[in-house]
Amino acid sequence: MSNDRYGILIVDDEFSVRDSLFHWFRKDGFRVGAAENAAAALQELQKEPWDVALLDIKMPGMDGMELLRRVRQVSPDTVVLMLTAHGTVETAVEALKIGAYDYLTKPIDPDELVRVVTKALQHRRLADENAQLRTKIAVLSESDELVSGSPQMKRVMDMIDSLAPTDVTVLIRGESGTGKELVARAIHARSNRRFFPHVAINCGALPESLLESELFGHERGAFTGAQHRRRGKLEQADGGTLFLDEVGSISLRTQVELLRVLETKEFARIGGQKAIRVDFRVVCATNQSLEELVAKKEMREDLYFRINVFRIDLPPLRERDGDVPLLARHFLKHFATKTDKEVTDLAPDALAALSRHSWPGNVRELKNVIERAVILAEPPVVRAKDLVAVAGVAAPAEAPEALGSLADSEKAHIARVLERCGWNISQAARVLEVDRVTLYNKIKKYGLREQ
Amino acid sequence: MTALWLVPFELHDPPGLLPWLGHRLEPTFRVQARVLEGPLDVAACLDKRRGQYDTRALLTRLLELPEQGLILGVTSADLFLSIFTFVIGEACLGGRAAVVSTYRLHEERYGLPPDPDRMRDRLVKEAVHELGHCHGLVHCGDSRCVMHASSAAEDVDLKGYELCSTCHRSVANARGRG
Repeated sequence: MSNDRYGILIVDDEFSVRDSLFHWFRKDGFRVGAAENAAAALQELQKEPWDVALLDIKMPGMDGMELLRRVRQVSPDTVVLMLTAHGTVETAVEALKIGAYDYLTKPIDPDELVRVVTKALQHRRLADENAQLRTKIAVLSESDELVSGSPQMKRVMDMIDSLAPTDVTVLIRGESGTGKELVARAIHARSNRRFFPHVAINCGALPESLLESELFGHERGAFTGAQHRRRGKLEQADGGTLFLDEVGSISLRTQVELLRVLETKEFARIGGQKAIRVDFRVVCATNQSLEELVAKKEMREDLYFRINVFRIDLPPLRERDGDVPLLARHFLKHFATKTDKEVTDLAPDALAALSRHSWPGNVRELKNVIERAVILAEPPVVRAKDLVAVAGVAAPAEAPEALGSLADSEKAHIARVLERCGWNISQAARVLEVDRVTLYNKIKKYGLREQ
Repeated sequence: MTALWLVPFELHDPPGLLPWLGHRLEPTFRVQARVLEGPLDVAACLDKRRGQYDTRALLTRLLELPEQGLILGVTSADLFLSIFTFVIGEACLGGRAAVVSTYRLHEERYGLPPDPDRMRDRLVKEAVHELGHCHGLVHCGDSRCVMHASSAAEDVDLKGYELCSTCHRSVANARGRG
């Protein structure tokens, strides 16, 4: 692998040191930068990424130690090597404790420089590789959740298999909770871009200005609060797949910017001038009718045609023949392993209750119901009474309550859930869909105690 | 054909070394090698405290010479580059001046019996290496290529005398552009 993809920044107040190292590293084919003080170094780090930084410990103004602390904050991926004179080796050791990777003593033995820099770059490469592998594992393991035996989903899977290796833009349509992001991840996992990142952004969850900043990134000082340069999702997705969820929620202004990027694969960070080239595949998802949005002039027609190249319509769970028990058993196994509980199957009354339900929240709703049921279930099976969140499946075993205040009902319900969870606060909080602090406060308020 | 001037200073190695070196360098870079007669005053480039010559100062001094073409300083003295303890050679990347030293190429320096042939082998490799930098070449990942980085004499022994095909093509292209 050639060195030109790696950048080394030299920070030293002595010109001769900067000059020598600059020429030395240039001959090794590196991209090299030099800064004469800490302020100039921080500016360089804001401007572009540096893989390795060599910091002189003794500098006028902000010294190398303070600069090291700042580098750890503004550019944590940069591997820092300290340059020290013989007299300040103790300081160099101190630097290692606060995050420097290694140090070199001046004057530098050329052999030592080669050894230390090679080691630092190896560290950097491994960190990059590790991040990529983590993404890959996450993608591959999550895509396994596309569990189905229905002919409706078989057609979807066939489509995924045939379009994944191409670079075609895909629009996934389906009701909320049908697994649009899982389909996007499955497309990525089966594509030639699978070793690069899959970057997802929920366009509906962010206000306009925040969405722009998330997508395009920003330069330092681009707006109030922009303390550091930040890479946006478009840059993060370089080489991989960009997944735009709830694409119909993007404002008209951002649509113009986005369309330009999708067409030219080039953009500038907010507050920046430099054009950044990116290469990614686009997968979009929506639960809205984009045609209606176009008719109402809430979506640009050109953007609609740009993203609607290949369409996958995900069927709602109620239309997927035989998938409810299959998915329920899949989630049961998953949550039983996760909670270390020996729950192995669903009782017939539970299966019947699940089949009767219409699942307006689709697979996501089923997953949540099973998660709670596993917590509440008495091993080895989940019964209908454990399916607390399924409409029409009440807990008949409980005695009918006398009419009382809202607080009485809340107290009784919390007490019941706590008992069923064996007073495991985390599990009970999850069932009640409140955080642990809220649950503790309620326990205190109602004076509840474990029997 | 471009001239390659071999400029001796503080050179105590046997006479005949420079004409021999010039002859070896001519085919690689398609240059006509000539040895500059007369002593070159490099006293200002000596760091008396370190007892070594400063290569950046030496390169500047060599570029002050009126001779056109490539200039290669050759010396038996030890060289350094400000922050480094020593260097065997140095060159202006993409420039026309370079310098090499035989100081650390002699076997005697490592407590071994003299081996003049091995020293000459090392010298020619280092000279090609530095002149390669003058032709814009950076260090090469191919361990057999003469442009592979080497910071000690034993590293020099491991690599070959020749440019690999990629580096060779770069030199030919640079020559074509020149």
